[in-house]
Amino acid sequence: MAEISEIICVTCPQGCLLRVKHAGSEVIEVHNSGCKRGQEYAISELGDPRRMVASTVRVNGGLHPLVPVYTRSAFPKPLIPRLAQALRQVEVSAPVKIDQVLLADALGTGIDVVASRDMPAR
Amino acid sequence: MKRDYDVVVIGSGPGGLAAAIAAKENGAEHVLVIERDVELGGILLQCIHNGFGLELFNEDLPGPAYAQHFIDDVRGHGVETLMDTMVLDITPERTIYAINKGLGYLELRTRAIVLAMGCRERTRAQILLPGSRPAGVYTAGTAQRFVNVEGFMPGEKFVILGSGDIGMIMARRLTIEGAKVERVLEIMPYLTGLTRNYVQCLLDYGIILEKQRTVNRIIGKDRVEAIEAVSVDEAWQPIPGTREVIPCDTLLLSVGLIPENELSKQAGVLLDPVTNGPFVDDRFMTNVPGIFAAGNVVHVYDLVDWVTEAGYVAGKGAAAFARDKHVEPGEHIPLTAGENIRYVVPHKLDKARLAEEQVRLQMRAIAPIEERVLVTVEDQNGEVVAKKAGAYARPGEILTLAIRPQAYELVQKATGLTVNVRRR
Repeated sequence: MAEISEIICVTCPQGCLLRVKHAGSEVIEVHNSGCKRGQEYAISELGDPRRMVASTVRVNGGLHPLVPVYTRSAFPKPLIPRLAQALRQVEVSAPVKIDQVLLADALGTGIDVVASRDMPAR
Repeated sequence: MKRDYDVVVIGSGPGGLAAAIAAKENGAEHVLVIERDVELGGILLQCIHNGFGLELFNEDLPGPAYAQHFIDDVRGHGVETLMDTMVLDITPERTIYAINKGLGYLELRTRAIVLAMGCRERTRAQILLPGSRPAGVYTAGTAQRFVNVEGFMPGEKFVILGSGDIGMIMARRLTIEGAKVERVLEIMPYLTGLTRNYVQCLLDYGIILEKQRTVNRIIGKDRVEAIEAVSVDEAWQPIPGTREVIPCDTLLLSVGLIPENELSKQAGVLLDPVTNGPFVDDRFMTNVPGIFAAGNVVHVYDLVDWVTEAGYVAGKGAAAFARDKHVEPGEHIPLTAGENIRYVVPHKLDKARLAEEQVRLQMRAIAPIEERVLVTVEDQNGEVVAKKAGAYARPGEILTLAIRPQAYELVQKATGLTVNVRRR
């Protein structure tokens, strides 16, 4: 049942090529990891892959027409296209403060989407 | 406003902001940052993706959040800022000429300068792309500004030339915003950006990367209608029978960055033809006394964290120069690129500096080595002064290593240091 997959860890810029022995989504052993975060990444990648997501939302009366946003923590990968759609519906008014929650509990994941900078009013 | 400063920083990206903060922290009283955009932060403001700050903060921040940390710090330190202001000229005697809409023509004097103008993108003209000249050909960074800051899409169907980080990041960004990225083409046989970006920007979204393949010509009269892709051999010559017409309405170019040094040249700063940036010592001072340089203006970095660190070093050096009106000449020894190393920054090292602190070197490999490597810094007799092991060496990813104060005694005997990267 056990098979070996090669996964590139994206936790840091090092980009270790992990050799992961696993049965389905169950990780048995992780080789070739430069640090202990590789193990966690392999487990997450096979069972519940997640990514940090960054995008923008519309802002009225701001210095710029958009404010950049990001997920407070890594977001389930299969839901990213739906998250992008949801963010297109969000509209806020300036001023916006950094870390201000602009979409709470996105798609019921419990993960907030927050502003990544201040956006002063024009 | 004042006309006389201790330190003037030109550019408010990560290098400039860090330099201004460090100048203040190291005793410079009157510090000014000049920025041509309407706000501080530089190109980080359009880099809305995550991945910044892992080395310095152990945090995975988006570009704007990383920038804001330093913008707040600059404000907290009482640094003066002048935005929407274009520097026109700098003299070797450190007079700065600039223009600003409200203040008009400005002439400023300063004891020290930190050049932090960053870099700019290589354009279509610089890579001699044949074909017609329709609308719809952009550098990746221009498209990034359109999509992330100004809020409009430059097209619907894209081909991206070059596997640099900005190109791959834009491939993902455009896909998230509903566009179709037909292909990423890379003329080199290897990725030119970070591997993690290949995974999370291309693989994650099923975007196809083709290596050793480039744009043969652009097709379209008023607007791009297609591009013709072709495979190339080692000498970048097209291989017959490999052409493919890929319909698209927009071509993005992610084909390299060039340090922006027009002002540096006007000030008499000498440039290294390999990095296209100034020759610098370990305090990031150029050949012109009192003129320092930090960040992508010196050489193109791949991680912002090291740009910030360089800014701190340059700002500290500038503050010291402003205070003493000179630097102790010190005994400098050259740092040179050895085996499989294209360049090393800084170019020379003050031997006494190691008594105070470590000195970080940044290098780029010439050819990829996809197995364990050892980076060494050796003196004229092959004695190893510093070393660092790595899992691989790739031209697209900067190698970095610090010479520690423990190596002080060894370095005192050196007449020059060479950096090498070899299989372990």
